[in-house]
This record gives sequence, structure tokens and C-alpha cells, in this order.
Amino acid sequence: MRPMVQREGAPPLSETIPEISTSVWKHNHILDLDDFTREEIELIFVITDGMKEILSREIKRAPTLRGKTVVTIFFEPSTRTRASFELAARALTADVLNITASTSSIVKGESLLDTLRTIQALGADVLVMRHSQSGAPYLAARQVNMSVVNAGDGAHAHPSQALLDMYTMRSRLGHLEGRKVVIIGDILHSRVARSNIWGLSTMGAEVVVCGPPTLLPLYMNEDRAGGQLPRVTVESNADKAVEGADVVMALRLQLERQEKGLLPAVREYVRYYQITQERLARAKPGALVMHPGPVNEGIEVSPEVSHGANSVIEEQVTNGVAVRMALLYLLAGGKKH
Amino acid sequence: MSEKVIATADDIRRALTRVAHEILERNRGADNLVLVGMLTRGAPLAQRLADIIASLENIRPQVGNLDIGLYRDDLSLRDTQPVIHRTDIPTDISDKKVILVDDVLFTGRSIRAAMDALIDLGRPQLVQLAVLVDRGHRELPIRADYIGKNIPTALSEQIEVRLKEIDGKDEVVIITEGRGQA
Repeated sequence: MRPMVQREGAPPLSETIPEISTSVWKHNHILDLDDFTREEIELIFVITDGMKEILSREIKRAPTLRGKTVVTIFFEPSTRTRASFELAARALTADVLNITASTSSIVKGESLLDTLRTIQALGADVLVMRHSQSGAPYLAARQVNMSVVNAGDGAHAHPSQALLDMYTMRSRLGHLEGRKVVIIGDILHSRVARSNIWGLSTMGAEVVVCGPPTLLPLYMNEDRAGGQLPRVTVESNADKAVEGADVVMALRLQLERQEKGLLPAVREYVRYYQITQERLARAKPGALVMHPGPVNEGIEVSPEVSHGANSVIEEQVTNGVAVRMALLYLLAGGKKH
Repeated sequence: MSEKVIATADDIRRALTRVAHEILERNRGADNLVLVGMLTRGAPLAQRLADIIASLENIRPQVGNLDIGLYRDDLSLRDTQPVIHRTDIPTDISDKKVILVDDVLFTGRSIRAAMDALIDLGRPQLVQLAVLVDRGHRELPIRADYIGKNIPTALSEQIEVRLKEIDGKDEVVIITEGRGQA
């Protein structure tokens, strides 16, 4: 008998098939990343890899959530987050019901809790919710027995966005441990920044926040932190902040929130904080440029950077669907507890 | 719990060699063959079968991995949800002869899920099933085309296939709850 031919240079199986179990998963709701462990986030990444394969097929559909209902209710406008959750649910064959606050009984004066109870009575398994009030999804999670996913609450949290940001970094950089991530913009009003700070810190990345001093909350300053958020570096000079960065993430300048006079002029912001080729040259070669969208053309990121080789802005959108499939699978794909 | 080795590394090697010969004989060579290993332990078995076929035919069939987690019929019953891994088949399976490879054939439910998963990827010319161990107790009308070893078992017993690539050594063991009863 001839001996078996050994394959040359094939990676060991443990590298192609990461060893991890869903027993690390402890969440019924996804409200923010402050209570997520590193193992849970790793698990989401591994399952997201599997979901990306489904999305690469001609027929992007698996039967996993057949018979489950996902309801999205948005009290604030959204294009990509809502569309992304909807596509994710459909790719797993769940039924999807979209409720837009402006065309529902909410305009007749129905209270939030009544609306939620109605949705529950309709038989929803997962509720994806966006609300302008910080904490509204927490109230929902306490009052109903559906799984609640926070799709953005006020200036507080946007966990699925942070997860897709981190997944995009991981798929480009390999790992997050020790990476320097600079978040530039209106940190004060940004739920994306806050959830990213939690998640990135848990994964061992170094976070620098940067923006005009009026848009940098005092509680992020190390001296005043008081345990509200993990430790970050605060830097108001963008040129210094991006020095040696692996990732430069621009936030959307929330023009609708700027009437309080926190920003003297948009032109000044562009001059000091826009991510331009020159600024990006201070980061590591090949540093990633990210933006949670929607982009204000020519404000947060210069056009040549946002469409340039370092930009992964479109990849973020694509990855968003796969990450949300993983979240829906983990919340609704198993046994009811 | 008592554990008994019922196939050694040599037994496994011989069984796989025979299965590889049978695959080649039945399909008249390795043309158009794709071996698809079901995760987790079907994956290294598919690689080994491809290696043996390569040593016999001077052509190594393409090999892929298939995750069936999203297609299981018992997701709402299991205590732990399966982790979904990346399905990775490096070729379009349409019009190919696909050999599904798994370690143990038991109820047949995983194979049902695997066939659903495969059909979502394309329309193979044919699908055949190769398993290292057939332990009986089918719950669906499914049978294997190639069987490394038939091991009649009681429902209370467990069969565990251990493979070098994952477990550090090659063996098949039968695990009996309690003692003295089978």
C-alpha cells in the first residue's frame, strides 16, 4: 500500500475552522456593546464569515429563520440600517414587517409601550428599534418578551454599526489587538463613536477620539472619565491624532444638530478636520478610511479619499448585512429560553 | 462511561483507501469529481480521500467544505446552537459529480440538510455519499454509497471519530453510558 500523499502548504484545519462554541453567547437583546465579552464578539465575527458566503451566492437565501418574524420600527429616518436589517432577515427567510413611526398609529398618539405590545401581540420574535431618545430600546427590552436590537438610540449607542465597523477592520487588518483607531468628528452626538469605543476597547484596540473641543464630551477626558466609558485618548488636533493610525474613521457631521452654535462654521470644520490625502499620509501606509454614512459630500472626507484606495466605506455597507444576519441568527436561530 | 476503540489509525487508512478505489471505480476515474467535506470532521476526510485519489490517478479532485448549520431541522430543539462556519467550495458544483463526505452516518438528518445546502449552490450532475462509519438508526430514507466501516450500535451508545487534523490522533471509539450494558 502506498503511503498517503501529504498536501504541501495547506493551512492547518484550526485556521480555516476556528474553534469556538455558541455557549459563550449570553445575550437575549443587543442594546450596546458595553456588556459584550471578547469571546462573544469573536463568535459574531466567525458567524459573519459564514453569512458572507451566503451573500456571495446567486440566490442569497438560507432557510434558517423560516417562520420567525422580525419587526423593524424606526422613529428616526434611516436608509442603510433599516435596509440592512431587512435584507439580513430576508436572507435567512424570516418574515419582515417594517413600521415607520410617521405613518403608524403613533401619530394618533399611541404610546411607545402600547405600540410595542401591539407588535408583540402580532407575534414578532425580534424587534429592531431606532429611537431619538437614549434608552428607549432598554425600556422596550424590559417590557416585552421579544429580542430587542438597538438600531440607534439618541446619542447613546448603535451596536450593530460598531460591530460591522470592527468586522470590516478585522477582515482587512487580521486582528484588532493593539491597532490604533482614530475617530474624528462630532464625538459628542455620536452613538456610533460610543459603541465603537466599547467594542474596540474590549478587543484590545487603542482608541483616539478627535474633533473640535466643543464636540468632544468632557467625560471622555481621562481626568474626568469616572468610569462612564473605557479609557480613550482625546486629541483636538487632527494632524496629531492620525499619526501612525491603522484606521481613520470619520463621523457624519450631524448638520441637523449644529444649530446650538457648537461649531463656528462648516468651512472651518472642513479645514481642520476633513480627512484629506495630506492628513492621511500621517497615518500608517494602507490605513483604512471608514465612515458610517451617510457621507456629507466634501465635508468629513475629501472626495479623492472617500473614493480612493484606502476607503472601505462601501465594504462597511456590504459587511453590515452579514453582521446583522449573524446577530439575528444568534438571537432567533436557536431554542427559545 | 466506558470507551472502546473500534478502529485504529491503520483501520481508518485502509478503509479510506478502499473507499477511494470504490469512488474511482464507480465513477470511472476522477474526471469531474468534487469532494465536499461536511464540517467539521468530514473536511479532513475529504482532503484525505482526494490525496489518495491523487496518488492513484495523477489527478486531484477539487475539495470543498460545507457548513450545514443554517439548514438543520433541529435548530429550535438543540441546547447549544451550532456555530456557522464558512462554506468554501472552490468551484461551481453545477454539472459536477459531487461526493459528500462525512464522518458518521446516523439518523440521516445532517445529510438531508447537506443536500439542501448543496442544491442552493447549484445543480450537480449527481450526488453520492461517502462516510467513514455507518452506525445505523436512520430516520430518513437515506443511505451511503461508500462506507468505511459498518458499526451496529445501540441508540444509547455514542460513536466518536477522532482525526489527526483536529483531535491529534486517528481512531474511532464507541462510548457506552454506565457499564456492562450495550
